Amino acid sequence: MIPFDFDYFRPKTLQEALQIFREQMAMGKKPYYFSGGTELITLGRVQLAKADAVIDLKKINEVRACRIDGDHIVLGSCLALTEVEESNLFPLLTKTASEIADHTSRNKITLGGNIRGGIHYREAVLPFLLADSTAVIVSAKGVTFKKMSEVFQGSLRLENDELLVQLITERKWASLPFVHVKRRRQWETGYPLVTVAALMSDNGIRVAVSGLCAFPFRSEKMENGLNSKGTGIEERIKMALDGIPATVLSDVEGSAEYRMFVLGNVLRDLVSELEGGIVV
Amino acid sequence: MKVHQLELRINNEKRMVVVRSADTLLAVLRRNLGLTGAKPGCLNGDCGACTINVDRLPMKSCLMLAIECEGKEITTIEGMHNTPMQQAFVEHFAFQCGYCTSGFIMNAHSLIHNRPNADNQMMKEWLDSNICRCTGYEEIERAVKDVLRKNSQIQ
Repeated sequence: MIPFDFDYFRPKTLQEALQIFREQMAMGKKPYYFSGGTELITLGRVQLAKADAVIDLKKINEVRACRIDGDHIVLGSCLALTEVEESNLFPLLTKTASEIADHTSRNKITLGGNIRGGIHYREAVLPFLLADSTAVIVSAKGVTFKKMSEVFQGSLRLENDELLVQLITERKWASLPFVHVKRRRQWETGYPLVTVAALMSDNGIRVAVSGLCAFPFRSEKMENGLNSKGTGIEERIKMALDGIPATVLSDVEGSAEYRMFVLGNVLRDLVSELEGGIVV
Repeated sequence: MKVHQLELRINNEKRMVVVRSADTLLAVLRRNLGLTGAKPGCLNGDCGACTINVDRLPMKSCLMLAIECEGKEITTIEGMHNTPMQQAFVEHFAFQCGYCTSGFIMNAHSLIHNRPNADNQMMKEWLDSNICRCTGYEEIERAVKDVLRKNSQIQ
């Protein structure tokens, strides 16, 4: 049981959603943009999340977009992860999404909800960081387009009334070779020790990581290390590991030392796969 | 308290309920409607014991607000009487304590409806969403495969 009450709104337009948000704020209440809502429901039950007004966005057309638009892939923030998988417009994202939670939960968890979420994995963001995708954001000030590398710094940095509407990705990224690896402590369910997504671009390997630190990231320093041609693979891996941007987690899933060991092996494997053949 | 009067379509019947905005579908099914087949397990979306179908897709009713279901078609285990999947679970003795059974049946029923040609990998992916603490997975697998096989023969 969720031990608090909230008002429930189901706007049909973005303008209506923004207006409800503003009105609730003006009344001193705490509004909450809701798509899958799994985080509010599960954390709310144990009083780790709270809202006075839930604004359910699923009836708004723009947040349900799922299409090719010229040279771009347009994905709405309120698409369920299974809908993203079934559309398969961006194969790396398909793979990444398919390893989040479980199939039934992914019928409810949404793209925007996962990226905006409070828990530190937020793996759905990894492909968008790699592909220099653009976030479409609306607020009272209007529509803004921001690069994911700009707006996602550890977490999605939105102002109070800003709403993530869509993610736009150039189609060229969807056809590149990719690797996605999720390593758990054991079995095939549960949170990861590390999740690594990588794309082979014209300029070398791009790599983004979740589960290693307290936030998902793409690190230029890591990529520079990994792409140091003329250097042995062990040195490249070492340089890549030196580029980790924050403290490595040490928790019930695994120690920091073990996570580094696992990540090193994953990087070695993905270099081999993306560059072809055995890397020495 | 924020309450709403909703008309929910459940198992091909219209049911009127008065719910709080914050009531989960699981709570409303069990408390307001007496449909106790959906089981409260983890209440956190992990175990799948509360799985029902919403517009023919499996959903964990602990992860859903009742108010989100307005205008949708809800099917619970009580609506599965004499369906092929229910029969298969009986024939293959695909249960031990039975607590997880309704969730498994609802997920598997949706699988055969939406993916009638599901291969082993797809079946595993879908059914990974449910946990059987008695570890009766072999019998459950046999039951689901039996329905898939019979359906493919009909096709």
